[in-house]
Amino acid sequence: MAGIAVSTKINGDNAEFLCHPDETLLDVLRDRLGLMGVKEGCGTGDCGACSIILDDRLVCSCLVLGAEAEGGRIETVEGMAQGDQLHPLQQKFLEHAALQCGICTPGFLMAAKDLLAKNPDPTEEEIRFGLAGNLCRCTGYDKIVRAVQDAAGVMRGA
Amino acid sequence: MRYIRPSSLEDAVGLLVEASGKAAILAGGSDLLVRMKGGFIEPDLIIDIKAIDALKHMTESEDGFVIGAAVPCAVLGENAALRRAWPGVVEGANLIGSKQVQGRCTIVGNLCNASPAADSVPALVAAGAKALIRGPAGSRIAAVEMVPVGPGKTSLASGEIIEAILLDKRQPRSGDAYQRFTPRTEMDIAVVSAAVNLTLDDQGIVQSARVALGAAAPTVLLVEEAAAVLTGSRVDDGTLNRLAEVCSGACRPIDDKRGTVEFRRKVAGVLAKRVALTAYQRAGQK
Amino acid sequence: MNLDPSHSKRSFSSVGTRPIRPDGVDKVTGRARYGADFNMPGQLVGRILRSPHAHAMIRKIDTSKAAQLPGVKAVLTAADLPDLTNGDAAMYDILDNCMARKKALYDGHAVAAVAAIDARTAKQALKLIEVEYELLPHVTDVDQAFAPDAPLINDTIFTTGVDPKPDCPSNVSMRSQFGHGDVDAGMAKADFVVERTFKTEQTHQGYIEPHACVASVGSDGTADLWVCTQGHFVYRQHCAQLLGMDASKLRVTSSEIGGGFGGKTHVWAEPVALALSRKAGRPVKLVMTRDEVFRASGPTSATSIDVKIGALRDGTIIAADATLRYSCGPYAGAWAEVGAMTAFACYKLENVRTVGYEVLVNRPKTAAYRAPSAPMAAFAVESAIDELAKKVGMDPVDFRIRNAAQEGTKASYGPVYGPIGIGPTLEAVKNHPHMKAPLGKNQGRGMACGFWFNFGGQTCTDLNIGMDGTVSLAVGTVDVGGSRASLSLVAAEELGIDYSQVRAVIADTSSLGYNDMTDGSRGTFSSSMATISAARNAIKILRERAAQMWDIPVEDVTWEKGHAVAKGETHGNLPKLSLKEIAAAAGTTGGPIAGHSEIVADGAGVSFATHICDIEVDPETGAAKVLRYTVVQDAGKAVHPTYVEGQYQGGAAQGIGWALNEEYIYGKDGRLQNAGFLDYRIPVCSDLPMIDTQILEIPNPNHPYGVRGVGETSIVPPLAAVANAVSNAVGVRMQHIPMSPPRILAALDA
Repeated sequence: MAGIAVSTKINGDNAEFLCHPDETLLDVLRDRLGLMGVKEGCGTGDCGACSIILDDRLVCSCLVLGAEAEGGRIETVEGMAQGDQLHPLQQKFLEHAALQCGICTPGFLMAAKDLLAKNPDPTEEEIRFGLAGNLCRCTGYDKIVRAVQDAAGVMRGA
Repeated sequence: MRYIRPSSLEDAVGLLVEASGKAAILAGGSDLLVRMKGGFIEPDLIIDIKAIDALKHMTESEDGFVIGAAVPCAVLGENAALRRAWPGVVEGANLIGSKQVQGRCTIVGNLCNASPAADSVPALVAAGAKALIRGPAGSRIAAVEMVPVGPGKTSLASGEIIEAILLDKRQPRSGDAYQRFTPRTEMDIAVVSAAVNLTLDDQGIVQSARVALGAAAPTVLLVEEAAAVLTGSRVDDGTLNRLAEVCSGACRPIDDKRGTVEFRRKVAGVLAKRVALTAYQRAGQK
Repeated sequence: MNLDPSHSKRSFSSVGTRPIRPDGVDKVTGRARYGADFNMPGQLVGRILRSPHAHAMIRKIDTSKAAQLPGVKAVLTAADLPDLTNGDAAMYDILDNCMARKKALYDGHAVAAVAAIDARTAKQALKLIEVEYELLPHVTDVDQAFAPDAPLINDTIFTTGVDPKPDCPSNVSMRSQFGHGDVDAGMAKADFVVERTFKTEQTHQGYIEPHACVASVGSDGTADLWVCTQGHFVYRQHCAQLLGMDASKLRVTSSEIGGGFGGKTHVWAEPVALALSRKAGRPVKLVMTRDEVFRASGPTSATSIDVKIGALRDGTIIAADATLRYSCGPYAGAWAEVGAMTAFACYKLENVRTVGYEVLVNRPKTAAYRAPSAPMAAFAVESAIDELAKKVGMDPVDFRIRNAAQEGTKASYGPVYGPIGIGPTLEAVKNHPHMKAPLGKNQGRGMACGFWFNFGGQTCTDLNIGMDGTVSLAVGTVDVGGSRASLSLVAAEELGIDYSQVRAVIADTSSLGYNDMTDGSRGTFSSSMATISAARNAIKILRERAAQMWDIPVEDVTWEKGHAVAKGETHGNLPKLSLKEIAAAAGTTGGPIAGHSEIVADGAGVSFATHICDIEVDPETGAAKVLRYTVVQDAGKAVHPTYVEGQYQGGAAQGIGWALNEEYIYGKDGRLQNAGFLDYRIPVCSDLPMIDTQILEIPNPNHPYGVRGVGETSIVPPLAAVANAVSNAVGVRMQHIPMSPPRILAALDA
């Protein structure tokens, strides 16, 4: 195979991989780099379970080719905690029971992180529209929204 | 399959021209990757244009706005000047997909994918936007509504790439708006949509207007009869009702899993009224 | 195991609190491993070829080209899966559904499978399999399939439950009937009657995690299966039977599960993965695509329901009658039967009759979806009840209170109720602040009741006390929403120790006795009963060990708040022995200390709920917006109240999606048109408001703490609550679910 060699940074660490031209970044993260925290729910950008942050933008990794990650900075859920210190969003998701089966949780954490980075004091409506790209089937979103509101307060130092 | 990232537009055009098999342009990828996953396209060559510096910028000048082909829709929404001048265009662009898709998708990609339900196209058509096209023979400019010719088909010749979308300098007392109908509040594809762009004279009467309907025909409909209804009016109730009738009549929609003919016709009229009123109010504020 | 007599006076120290769940950190950091997160060395990629036709004879399958493709290690058709079902019709249907034997029965039906060294080779191999189909007429609509001239799907189906047995086969596999009294006489006495027909479209559970497994069969016939499932013991039993293996040779480990709601209680591709692995001699990983999940797993029934209810002038319902037609996919089912049982379960009725018909259609095999069959029946009945209340001139809540079932009522489906929560939930709703929120233009309010049986079932639990005094609790009911936390609370409560000292795990099938699956809202109910039983067995042993350590009779030892306490005049001044101390000495007093429990958890308590919904309709487009939603439900005893709230909200959200937008759309060609999350529209975050919840606790007399199942009842009322709200907002009775904007607009314009 003449694979494409890609150099990138993942959760702050240098990462290199070979991939086919049509392999998605989702496939690469899971199957080549073992980052199973990124989930495949649909493969077509309709559920947000594969959400990551690429160069400070929230994206669906199933809609990015592995090759496109060249020179990019990738953040996944595996990079959210600092050692054994959970990120406030992770902590609040637990406290508010903002997860039941948990399969959508990594994607939501990424989306919420991106939302709060750009809007540190969102209204309930802004949170709901900001997270609308992530499907959850278990919770009805109520406790997710509350967790994000609470985490936003903590992160603002309120 | 090969993947290439040219660093200049000339190189990109050259690759397209030389390609022996199927070549696909990759900007945001939110259409291309979905079509590849669904088995609808198997390109032999993927040309990623995101390394071409000239395409990554949006600039404002005396003549208006130039939006490069690799500018993600999220960036359009973050541009205060564009939001002020063309809120309808921005509305359309920012409704594509989801937050995640917004960070990648482009209005040029949306246009070239030529889906009848494309969100950014009706407002661009209403705005009188133009496409700056580069090809092996050089550059040309075409009105945006000339680009899609049918579902999934464009009028671009072999080897041509859209380099940028051009928007004229905004005249005073002008406003535009875009609305679409979706069953959910987000993450959805337009069942039918409408865009209106209008300019008022100093008496507050509509001096010129453009009305475009989306997902109501194989390509975006530029409804001149609807524009005529608005022109010379103050967008009162009677005008709006007449506008709705004309727009409903102009639709050539289909029945599909997303909506029936009857529903699309009815709602096209309703949306046209709503965006005309919004555009009028926006124009009056400037 | 009955309610502890001290239940009402008891103040629980652990049960009823809200600690963080033990699997929580794993799930927020990406460490938790779901079905597709497991890999084995040398594994192959499995893929399935599926019929694009709704109904067709399979004349010929030529797999030779696929088998010869380099990198392909096994190719499978039904010819590789001999019929070992031994006359078990239900198992035969499962076998045929996993791999079509003679006919393709729906768009998406598996016809062949491959295992190859990578995904692109597997994909290529599928393209090389040549299948010759002979198309047959198809039928996908439940009413059309019910008609006598419908295309016949299975010529061995003769309707059971009718007398005399029909002499022609049909698409109706069963007729069932429930009720008591004389409905026709009762209806004749009625002063007001409502009679309507309702229709609901097929929906899918919509779990975000596609089905995924890794199967590994060794040359000695032992096998491992890693799979996301709600019931690993059931999967083991079914897979072993279909493949002709001893169950004890197949070890099934359940991964974390990314949603199931009933859809992962049946095997779909797992027997195929095992068969591929057996043939290839290597592990096979088989993950369904989202498209396959919609086309080829187990959606709900579509239904068509006739309801007729009559009331006297004073508001008493004098007769209730329903005929329910439920689609079951292309195989016999028992879904209408459950609908017929639940339809009028909320009410005290002198005369009631329900008749259910199972209808075959060329769609995927129907599977359970959270309180299966109940939501549709509730939609029909609660809509008619609302209309009848109006005719009688009573408030909808008061009308229901007047007719609600009580302790001692003979349920419409047969048994006599013990203490139940329908009355209390109605009273709570009547007084809820939601009912006082003002409504504006184009806004409507609806309320509705719902019922679910809840189940018990076979349950095993092992409670092992480690040498350091911490407790390992091994349970067999898969954790779908936080039950490990609840069960740890129960163990902590019984033992009198802190929650942090207990760790609950889901044991694999080799490590524990048989457990029924996590369905029927039985997870916490059954496993908590078994946990209590196991803990009490362990406490017996702990007391014996303490007695030994003190050298006193065991009758003089009690267990209090995590300690052995010596009683009586002679020994009363002995210092207490903690669980830790007894555990540390276990090696010298008789060995490791444990409690086990293998039970059939009897006496699951029925659960009732009442919901309130406010909707605003855009009269020009038919778009509906949910403004407010409230769930009031009886939990018996909420072990972990936050997770109980979560079940209430989750079920309500699914019901709202079902009521407003979710449906399977089939074309005239019998093919599914919306097999993805773009056009199968589940609610997104911006579609819903906060969902208010109120937990009532009317204890279940058959559980030591009074626990009732909670997971399912919450999906039963929403279809009707939303429909009643929309009907009130638009002034037209809505009869077709989902009430998508075109349907609402059509109702408005009519």
